[in-house]
Amino acid sequence: MRYIFEPGFFASGPVHVALAVGAVVAITSAVVGVFTVIRGQSFAGHSLADIATTGGSGAFLVGINQFWGFLAFGAGAAAFMEMIGVQRRRGRDVATGVVLGAALGLAALFLYLGTQSSSTTGASFTILFGSIFVITTSTIPALIASALLALATVVVLARVLLLSSLSSDIAAARGVPVRAVGAAFLMALAVSVALSAVIIGAVLSTALLIGPAATALRLARSPIRAVVTAAVLGVLAVWIGIVLAYDSYYWPPAGRGWPVSFFVVTLVVAGYLLTFLRRRPHRPAPHDSHDPEHACSPA
Amino acid sequence: MFTGLMLNTWIAGTVVAVIAGVTGFFAVLRGSTFAAHAIPNGAFAGAAGATLLGFNPLAGLAVFSVAGALGIAALSRRARNDVATALTLVMMLGVGALFVSWSTEYAQEAYALLFGEVFGVSTDEVVPILVLGALSIAAIAVMFRPLLLSSALPEVAEARGVSARGMELGFLLVMALATSMTVPVVGALLMFSLMIGPSAAARSLTARPVLAMTLAVVLALVTVWTGIVASYVSNWPLGFFVGVLGAFFFLAGRGYRAAAGRFRPRVA
Repeated sequence: MRYIFEPGFFASGPVHVALAVGAVVAITSAVVGVFTVIRGQSFAGHSLADIATTGGSGAFLVGINQFWGFLAFGAGAAAFMEMIGVQRRRGRDVATGVVLGAALGLAALFLYLGTQSSSTTGASFTILFGSIFVITTSTIPALIASALLALATVVVLARVLLLSSLSSDIAAARGVPVRAVGAAFLMALAVSVALSAVIIGAVLSTALLIGPAATALRLARSPIRAVVTAAVLGVLAVWIGIVLAYDSYYWPPAGRGWPVSFFVVTLVVAGYLLTFLRRRPHRPAPHDSHDPEHACSPA
Repeated sequence: MFTGLMLNTWIAGTVVAVIAGVTGFFAVLRGSTFAAHAIPNGAFAGAAGATLLGFNPLAGLAVFSVAGALGIAALSRRARNDVATALTLVMMLGVGALFVSWSTEYAQEAYALLFGEVFGVSTDEVVPILVLGALSIAAIAVMFRPLLLSSALPEVAEARGVSARGMELGFLLVMALATSMTVPVVGALLMFSLMIGPSAAARSLTARPVLAMTLAVVLALVTVWTGIVASYVSNWPLGFFVGVLGAFFFLAGRGYRAAAGRFRPRVA
């Protein structure tokens, strides 16, 4: 046991916070992620994460907590993407890309101005790659509240979301306000991405969003099971990642510890790749409807 | 503004804009915007690793961008394309985070790689940029017709014996090649804006492929040249101007099309 958990692991305050907040964020990301993958909005999810970088660097510039910057820019970008039409399948990737490009330009400016006014360069690294061990305790209530908000939105909308993801025509015919539902989902996505940006950094929050969800959708046979599997996988990845990062303090070459994000990403991707080893006997055709990951892929 | 090191900046910027226009046209046409974002972004990790080991960053960029292209192509066979792209990207970025944490004083250099440092282009760097640029243009020229057919009408292309997978892989590799030379100049994050903004604007102005591609190159050139001048004058990062101008062109193109659409029926 001592070889797995370095002495002091369970006594360390930052580790407790990291484990608790990490779990909350992993669950939120995984649940939102399942719908993101089903709806084929991985790019939107990733873009919102990158756009959160802009918010993070803006917050750094004006000197407020990064989380608010992540949240404000994420939500703003989600609204803007919705406005210029990311809901339509055709051309939405381009619209997403253009918003992303503009936001990245702003991020470059903010970081430049930030490093001009104060001489610290480490901030851009924290914003991009995150640092779970330095979460300020005062933001924890806000983190948890927004996680619950995003979760609640997705849970309430789950049925209509599924329907409108698989066939927006049928959903519209049944009286579902497809566009409003899509917009609400995009908002929940922005919030959950802002959360994971705090944990493993804006650039890598895509890993927590897409990885566990895509893995779970390959394993589970129903949406509910997929959501539960994804949540479990996400929490496992974050916790094991934290343990490894804590242990890695004495590892070569630097003796400063490896980043949590590296471990989380590696675990998530490894988990996904492992699902390819599993053979699925009852699959008559590649377009079997039991396979949710492919269920709405364009033929 | 046109002497010494600045001359290198102008040459490098021009080559980058031409490549971005040409590859970006196909990226927009094929809808592989996400891949266009993922390959340069992930390749950043390669540069970080190469610097750590003491190699030329260009080598690291080349290795990682090709690995990224192959990873996306391989995973896409068994899974949804966007999921495959996302996971390839995060894996490369995760490795990048590890490399950056290993090296001691990397933050400034990481910033340069992500957001570009066009004013620091040395004469040694101009030659590989020119060579790789010529190579990617040649590759696109060779596969121009089959690539165009397979991008616009995949089924027809398949029926005529053009392998969609082969084309996808070929295109991703060209993008990787283009990426490895452009990242040190405009930065990993903004190479992408330069590819998408002008090309998307060009596509909304005309439907004719060669014209659209030329227009994309012209708009990319205008973006980069304006960016260089503005950045030289204001000292603000080039990436900011590239990102904002790209978005501006896109919105202008959209606006033009909306206005034109009122007067004549749109042909799908």
